[in-house]
Amino acid sequence: MANLALHAINKSFGATEVLKGVDLEIEDREFIVFVGPSGCGKSTLLRIIAGLEDQTSGEVEIDGTNVSLLPPAKRGIAMVFQSYALYPHMNVERNMGFGLRQARAPLAEIKSKVAEAARILQLEPLLRRKPRELSGGQRQRVAIGRAIVRNPKVFLFDEPLSNLDAALRVQMRVEIARLHHDLNATMIYVTHDQVEAMTLADRIVVMNLGVLEQVGSPLELYHNPRNLFVAGFIGSPKMNFISCTAQAVGEQGVTVSLPGDATITVPVVPDGVSPGTPLTLGIRPEHALLGERGGDAVLSGTALVVERLGGMTDIHIGGVGDGMMVLQAIGEPDVDVDDALSISLPAERCHLFDGDGKALTKLNPWQPRAARKAAA
Amino acid sequence: MNKARRNLPTLFAAHGILLAYTLLSVFPVILIVINSLKSRRAIFGDPLGLPVGEGVFDLVGYQTVLQNADFLGYFANSLIVTLGALFFVLVAGSMAAFALAEYRFRMNTLMALYLALGIMIPIRLGTIGILELVVNLGLINTLWALILVYTAQGLPLTIFILSEFMRTVSKELKDAARVDGLSEYRIFFQLALPLVRPAVATVAVFTMIPIWNDLWFPLILAPGEETKTITLGAQQFIGQFETNWNAILAALTLAIVPVLVLYAIFSRQLVRGITSGAVKG
Ligand SMILES: Nc1ncnc2c1ncn2[C@@H]1O[C@H](COP(=O)(O)OP(=O)(O)OP(=O)(O)O)[C@@H](O)[C@H]1O
Ligand SMILES: [Mg+2]
Repeated sequence: MANLALHAINKSFGATEVLKGVDLEIEDREFIVFVGPSGCGKSTLLRIIAGLEDQTSGEVEIDGTNVSLLPPAKRGIAMVFQSYALYPHMNVERNMGFGLRQARAPLAEIKSKVAEAARILQLEPLLRRKPRELSGGQRQRVAIGRAIVRNPKVFLFDEPLSNLDAALRVQMRVEIARLHHDLNATMIYVTHDQVEAMTLADRIVVMNLGVLEQVGSPLELYHNPRNLFVAGFIGSPKMNFISCTAQAVGEQGVTVSLPGDATITVPVVPDGVSPGTPLTLGIRPEHALLGERGGDAVLSGTALVVERLGGMTDIHIGGVGDGMMVLQAIGEPDVDVDDALSISLPAERCHLFDGDGKALTKLNPWQPRAARKAAA
Repeated sequence: MNKARRNLPTLFAAHGILLAYTLLSVFPVILIVINSLKSRRAIFGDPLGLPVGEGVFDLVGYQTVLQNADFLGYFANSLIVTLGALFFVLVAGSMAAFALAEYRFRMNTLMALYLALGIMIPIRLGTIGILELVVNLGLINTLWALILVYTAQGLPLTIFILSEFMRTVSKELKDAARVDGLSEYRIFFQLALPLVRPAVATVAVFTMIPIWNDLWFPLILAPGEETKTITLGAQQFIGQFETNWNAILAALTLAIVPVLVLYAIFSRQLVRGITSGAVKG
């Protein structure tokens, strides 16, 4: 197994710059997930790692060797595609063994590796079938099996589950997590699915317009987003943003004025902030609270839409200053459409962003579990 | 089930039109075939009659043709020219189509346009130039002259049609093959070509028939006895004063057979593609 490093990767298609100086170090056995809006260059980066696309400049290193000029088959990678990309005229067994046969591996070795992969993925009864005789989930399992058989240093997945229905997606997600655990492999995974990203990743890479906005563990991104983009991208429903103005700066943090004469002192380092600086306050829907509570800043608004999901209720609230926000309450709160509501904002749950969208550092930022334990 | 199938009047109308069209296009062929089996008097006396009865049914045309020793040679020439040209058209055409569809290079679009230009300009306009070229190459009165000219004639449409189909071959499938270590040639021959096989068969049929039937280039480039094709060979029965209709009709009937056989071979490929199941359908 292997680590992987990207050094200053640039990629242009004609005049359009798709990747702009991407640097990334990936540890051995890490599960890395790329997320980002459509067209931000995730697939392109993955294809550059695979060697299916040439970078305009920069280096790809696998296991300490520069593989920038090697063809895909020589890089020690395997790739699983969104459309499965199985060879239509070969049965499952031949599909999985094809790469090894190309590499002229001994027949006995091919047979045993295919059998092993089939066992792991429970494909044994299907080995003689053609791809067209398989269901979507089975096809994707075969595609993963084909990757396993190659025994790669790095697994690359490009939205492997997005063609599957919701139930199957959950099942396959768990299987991929198990696979990562059992194979101890380095994996890079592109997805649009928040849940996949949060649950599978050791570290998430958030991309936007060809640059890496932030790299970190899922909870780190959730609790300490570095900027407005990451704050808005990670988490569902999306974080609420409220424009505000700094009023005072002190030991306790930055005090800002909110719509409706409310003020709140957010515990952040007041770097480059003075009274009068325009800022953006961010609060996640699940952190805002319904009703008035002592000590918190209180906003008021009107319920526009109430979405009851069973365990949760999402309330879309209008008339908060000149904007709207979403609040996620637990259970089934007593709220109807058009009700006037009060919303409490716990100060320690709020984020502040400066005029460039950069997050102000928290006074006591979130720490990983291990670090918290060590400190205690 | 689609709606049109359940709608009875539409069904009848569609079949009626198809049937009428079939009759219209098959009629001359049938006329040739039945008259080739009749005596000369019967051909003129009752051209639409069936070849049955005393003094009507007559194989004299076939006897004339088959006793003519050169005739098998003409047949062979036609077959060599058609299959040879077909081979080069399909190999070169599908490879060019793959390259145009698969690779990004400068002037890709311009190249595709240039290669498609031949569809709109009839190759016969260049006959004089071609003749000069063939003479200079010393290929006059050889089958190679015909094979090369027909290859040039068939390529534009082939490239145009096949590059559209090559574009439909899943990009991810080709990438998967690259990850598995296939060379570009093997990706072409083992993945792309089998997946567009129905299109290749269609193109083969379209290419083959005008070549087989052509009279123009054999007459100009290879009129020698050794290199005559069957369409040219059949002309010997048309005389200035008297035409041997029995022989002509028999020759034409025989000439239909190989085309039918080739068509049967290709049309089996036309029926079904094998892509289903390769990618999410
Ligand atoms: N072959 C190509 N030629 C020209 N532009 C391309 C090519 N491939 C990708 N692009 C452009 O590069 C950008 C990034 O594409 P890419 O496929 O990497 O996006 P993505 O992040 O994977 O998006 P998605 O989430 O929709 O899959 C897009 O703007 C796309 O238009
Ligand atoms: Mg993509």
